[in-house]
Amino acid sequence: MAIEIKKPTRRQFLIAGGAAAGGGLLLGIGFATSGPSRRMQAEAAAAEEGERFVTTWLKIAPDNMVTVYVPHSDMGQGTITALAMMAAEELEADWSLVTAEQAPAERAFANESLGNDIVSGDDVPPMLKGVTAATWYQVAKFMNLQVTGGSTAVRYTGQHGMRVTGAAAKDMLVKAAAARWRVSPSDCTASMSAVTGPNGESATYGELAAEAAAYSPSARPALKPKSEWKIIGTARPRFDIPGKVDGSAKYGVDARPEGLLYAAVKLGPVSRSRVVSYDASEILKRRGVKQVVEFPGGVAVIADNFWRAKQAAFALEVEFDAGGNEAVSSETIFAAQDKALSGSTEKDKEVGNAASVFSSASETGATIVSAEYRVPYLAHACMEPMNCTVWIRDGKADVWVGCQDPLGARARIADIAGIGFDNVTVHPMLLGGGFGRRVPIREMFFNFPSEIDFAAIIAGQVDAPVKLVYTREDDIQHDAYRPAVTSRIRAVVGADGFPTAYENLYVYKDEPAEAPHIPYAVPHQSIRFAEVPTHVPRGPWRSVAHTQHTFFSESFFDELAHRAGADPLEYRLALLKDQPRHAAVLRLAAEKAGWGRPLPQGHFHGLAVQQSFGSIVAEVAEVSIEGGSPRVHRVVAAVDCGQVVHPDTAAQQVESGIIYGLTAALYGEISIENGAVVQTNFTDYEMLHLSECPEIEVHFVDSDAPIGGLGEPSTPVITAAVANAVYAATGTRIRQLPFKLHDLKPVSDKFAQAAD
Amino acid sequence: MSISFTVNGKRHELDVEPEMPLLWALRDEIGLTGTKFGCGVAACGACTVHVDGMAMRSCVTPVEMVDGAEITTIEGLAAAHGAGAGELSALQAAWVARQVPQCGYCQSGMLMAVSALLAENPQPTDEDIDAAITNICRCGTYPRIRAAIRDVTSA
Repeated sequence: MAIEIKKPTRRQFLIAGGAAAGGGLLLGIGFATSGPSRRMQAEAAAAEEGERFVTTWLKIAPDNMVTVYVPHSDMGQGTITALAMMAAEELEADWSLVTAEQAPAERAFANESLGNDIVSGDDVPPMLKGVTAATWYQVAKFMNLQVTGGSTAVRYTGQHGMRVTGAAAKDMLVKAAAARWRVSPSDCTASMSAVTGPNGESATYGELAAEAAAYSPSARPALKPKSEWKIIGTARPRFDIPGKVDGSAKYGVDARPEGLLYAAVKLGPVSRSRVVSYDASEILKRRGVKQVVEFPGGVAVIADNFWRAKQAAFALEVEFDAGGNEAVSSETIFAAQDKALSGSTEKDKEVGNAASVFSSASETGATIVSAEYRVPYLAHACMEPMNCTVWIRDGKADVWVGCQDPLGARARIADIAGIGFDNVTVHPMLLGGGFGRRVPIREMFFNFPSEIDFAAIIAGQVDAPVKLVYTREDDIQHDAYRPAVTSRIRAVVGADGFPTAYENLYVYKDEPAEAPHIPYAVPHQSIRFAEVPTHVPRGPWRSVAHTQHTFFSESFFDELAHRAGADPLEYRLALLKDQPRHAAVLRLAAEKAGWGRPLPQGHFHGLAVQQSFGSIVAEVAEVSIEGGSPRVHRVVAAVDCGQVVHPDTAAQQVESGIIYGLTAALYGEISIENGAVVQTNFTDYEMLHLSECPEIEVHFVDSDAPIGGLGEPSTPVITAAVANAVYAATGTRIRQLPFKLHDLKPVSDKFAQAAD
Repeated sequence: MSISFTVNGKRHELDVEPEMPLLWALRDEIGLTGTKFGCGVAACGACTVHVDGMAMRSCVTPVEMVDGAEITTIEGLAAAHGAGAGELSALQAAWVARQVPQCGYCQSGMLMAVSALLAENPQPTDEDIDAAITNICRCGTYPRIRAAIRDVTSA
């Protein structure tokens, strides 16, 4: 299918239509940010230098089928279905005639709605700016974005891309029908994938598509008011489900191009090690082994079956130089963090004059409350181990990979293989989990090569398509981790029990930048950080810096509430007078959970609230202590994410985030010894199982707030909610994760001991 | 060494090492990729298949152990339950109705484990389900898995 893409100028509304092969309509849109402010104008001028491409596309075929091309990876969030719904709503399409697929890794399908927000500096998670900056570095002239991350798909691509695309296409179809019937467009009606005229005329979108393509899309198509939505807000079955229950769904690891060989790797146990020497002579005699090749940081065995490659790589002896990092351990990392936080720190956020309030606390009779929190490194542990298949021949490359940025991967492979971007073809595959692990370029976080880089380097040395697959051990031991972080929090508390000053000294200024900030009305705040570099790679992990900071701050305010003898809900509400959305979700979660009402004996509630990625989530966890560990029976979540596009996948994402966060809270710990990761597999990096999964209830606030993200915001809240319930159950404040490090005793046991 | 078994009713004869795990024989030799590699140590269950009706974790099952066996993989699950071409088994249909999968990678193994449980114990208690379904899902589909199981059982 040949697609001609016009390059519209900056001052035009950036919509381009065109006839598709076969007489259908192809439509894509970009949109101009025209604003009165100088800042906006400056950005508009800057953006003009980049070549703007049309963005999210939809295709109407003569048989009246609409195909929506979605420039995001669907890792199970239901993005592809939800975004197709947003386009179909405005298009007035018959949903039974709509299908959707992930857009090809072509520039034409780059996600300009996301790009525009980044260019204009709206509140896109800065994490993505880093990712996209790295992408732009490769293909600076092009809006080259297919990034999935930061819970952005629905709130940016959907709102600014898909709905506008659908509305513009509908207008063009109506104009085409009106011209055919020689009537006014305003006398025609679009509904259920057909246009009807004033004299009983009727034509399907498929019949009108070729004529519609001749029209210029309207500059600012009118979007439907919420009251007229028929598709948005309903739970439509996801397009991707059937293939995921019959075994036909193809993930990256399932790629099988003709002549495929398999690569297994021996990586230096210490990240960033250098290969010193190895002897492949015996390995090459093994059955099925074709080749042994070196790449930065390791050696790969190429064989005709992955098991043969894996067994051979395991047997291969390689001497590595760890460059001195073999002396690093979790202990030395946390010691370095302690030292850094006792030294000079950099400003994150200062409100009022916290330093002066702290220094005069003793004179005013106020109390200083302090606590130190600590979280370990976390691996992502996607169910599908990392993999990438690359075939390099005749100056061309084909790549089969499931990743969170297919276009970025394409640019990266082009760069590494020394092949022109146009000669690299990426075949996007399904992702068996992402959670931040499958972002192909991580330069923002750490200059750490990914499996995609390795696959390209290895394939460049092999005369066949090669599928690099990490074992689970490779995956756990060579991730880009949620960092280990220490946070020291203090507050000056007055006679009324409320804080007048708040201080948080933490390590690593990570993304999103606002993660360490608090919603509570404290007049003096000092939030500062220190950087403590290590050789351990860092990367985005579902909800990124919110994972640790929500645990820190929501635990600390719970400590303050208990210290004041106040109900933790009422205490928070008193500090949230200026934050009605926070207060509303807290009240809703508390009400639905039965906060304050009697629970089964030995069960206790804890709650927490956090805003992240444009959504606010409150969770109440019901916990008991069994065998020294928390057992989470029930979690009630209340969510304000603005309008809910797909209620079923929205609830599913909230459930998913809670289980992902709870797994880490209970068990997640990557530790470093002799410079290397200690954990190896699910046997020692444990996962929550079905038997431990709490009952989860999700309630959405009826909200007119802008659409917020849903892939991440429920994740960080659960840890603090459980920690706060554990305090209620035991009187023990958990300040170091995971919970498995602590042997907990219920309060009732303590009473029993006291009685003895 | 030549090893033969049937997979989804079709006979295969393989000349592979006897210790090669069934998972890799299925995926790389026979080309059936519905059975997934997750951990390689029988900890996650993504590779679960039926060997003579029993749920087995194929990543640690040497092919020599299944010589002469009848194997069912996710690709053959519907047919094994009498579904016609393009149809689903009742359990798979419940999975669709509940919209269970997210990323979907663990779901082949989940469906194989659950179908083996229900073949042996058509009315499992919650405790039976907890004990039998030890497969790992990272997306957190557990609540829907339990609900979908309950849709096809009356307990």
